[in-house]
Amino acid sequence: MTATREAYGKALAEIGSNINVVALDADLSCSTKSSDFAKKYPDRFFNLGISEQDMIGTAAGLATCNKITFASTFAVFATGRAYDQIRVSVAYPNLNVRIVGSHAGLMTGEDGATHQALEDISLMRSLPNMTVIQPADAVETEKAMKALLTHKGPVYLRTGRGKVPIIFKEDYEFKIGKGVKLREGSDITLIATGSMVHEAINAAEILEKRNISTRVINIHTIKPIDKEIIINAAKETKAIISCEDHSIIGGLGSAVAEVTAQNHPCRMEFIGVRDTFGESAPAKDLYEKYGLTAKHIVMAAENLVKANDRFQQN
Amino acid sequence: MEELKQKARTIRKHILEMLTKSASGHPGGSLSSADIITYLYFKKMNYKKEDPNWPDRDRLILSKGHACPAQYAALAEAGFFSKDELKNLRKINSMLQGHPDIKTPGIEISTGALGQGLSIANGIALAGKLDKKPYRTYCIIGDGECQEGQIWEAAMTAAHHNLDNVTAIIDNNRLQIDGKTCDVKNIEPIADKFRAFGWRVLEIDGHDFKIISEAFEVAEQTKNKPTAIIANTIKGKGISFMENQCGWHGKAPSEEECNKGMCELT
Repeated sequence: MTATREAYGKALAEIGSNINVVALDADLSCSTKSSDFAKKYPDRFFNLGISEQDMIGTAAGLATCNKITFASTFAVFATGRAYDQIRVSVAYPNLNVRIVGSHAGLMTGEDGATHQALEDISLMRSLPNMTVIQPADAVETEKAMKALLTHKGPVYLRTGRGKVPIIFKEDYEFKIGKGVKLREGSDITLIATGSMVHEAINAAEILEKRNISTRVINIHTIKPIDKEIIINAAKETKAIISCEDHSIIGGLGSAVAEVTAQNHPCRMEFIGVRDTFGESAPAKDLYEKYGLTAKHIVMAAENLVKANDRFQQN
Repeated sequence: MEELKQKARTIRKHILEMLTKSASGHPGGSLSSADIITYLYFKKMNYKKEDPNWPDRDRLILSKGHACPAQYAALAEAGFFSKDELKNLRKINSMLQGHPDIKTPGIEISTGALGQGLSIANGIALAGKLDKKPYRTYCIIGDGECQEGQIWEAAMTAAHHNLDNVTAIIDNNRLQIDGKTCDVKNIEPIADKFRAFGWRVLEIDGHDFKIISEAFEVAEQTKNKPTAIIANTIKGKGISFMENQCGWHGKAPSEEECNKGMCELT
């Protein structure tokens, strides 16, 4: 069990061997884990203090001078507080700035609604030129970071506070924009991202026992999204359920629905936060209350299969 | 000095013609910053017009992006692109956008959403220090723009990192869209504010090339701290009926007004 933010800090310190890598933070380096880089490469680390807008602009300026910049803070501040700076100073000029938002989603827990980013994917996904990545575990985070060294253009990387199980083996091949089929299945497809990937895997195991053959797809790159893997799921299984620790408005579920609606309409259900703010509590309790567990995915899947059967009979 | 004055007149003529042809744009702030921009491109800055991305170039970030007609005119006069392009300002498929865009040769980054340029200038200056490059970074900021909080975040950053390779120029024309800056939300004492933030501050007449030149020399000699040049300017400078008129912030001249203005510039 490792938090993706911890894997991020470790990977950032590793890729720091490239002298063009510069890291910035806004007084949260010990939480975002950019502190790992700061300790190793103090000359190339800039703490901008509690000024996220200035941090993004400074990162943009560095990027115009061929620096690969990683600007880290909590996801809610990076994408909310500095949205216009990301839009005008980073996305529009298509610069190599990596905006790293940690403490995303309800997983943030006890700090409550002000600190739980539930709209960040939606905000970043709608920006032209922006790539949006959310790794599911430590291995995927490390692979994503290596890919970000050579990727051209701005990236939003979403990491989480809490520890999550390791899903991928060390030899796992990561490619930006390429979804990963984790489990084959023919009745229903679970398309998950980030911390919800292991919930989806657990749900699939329960569903298999109840004779519902379940495909599981991990979408680490929410934009540009892997259309092919989604269209195939729409064609080959009876329904799709998206699973994300984010609002169901504008996030992974919306991105998947945009693909199916235009290519192969299919029944869908959305597991995520339903147009509401979060609250303070341990992450586990929040996942339970807001319907983000394997149990909730199983219920949604069973309802979809029943509805599909009724539809077939009619 | 006489050459610079002549060049500034040419820049102002381009501004008038460009805005008249596009039937939109911002004459007031373009004209107030025209002398500073002329000085930077034709006296101060090191650049290679045939290689706009030359790594050692001095950089100008026009944080008050709406004044870009002045910068476009200077870039065309300096040979970054054909003067013929100027007539395409704000037209469909043009590389000359209403606010600066990175696709224009000589434009470092997009600006126009106010308040963002000084942070960018700091980032470029930090990269210069990391890479041990001698280049300098200039950032032109509007007086009204100093109402944006990010300017002061960036002012703190520049001083904290001793960015003596950053020079901010405040185009202090004392007007903004809704009226006098002192009435809308007073920024004074602006010089004291920058001083309190750890900057060296010079207050000058932003239309006098001799004084402008001296100020930039002082800025360049200043070590371990950034310099803010408060350039006292006249909004609409050079066109009698536009000078100090708030209404000319974002209004294009008619053909007749353009002709009248052109006569005043010759």
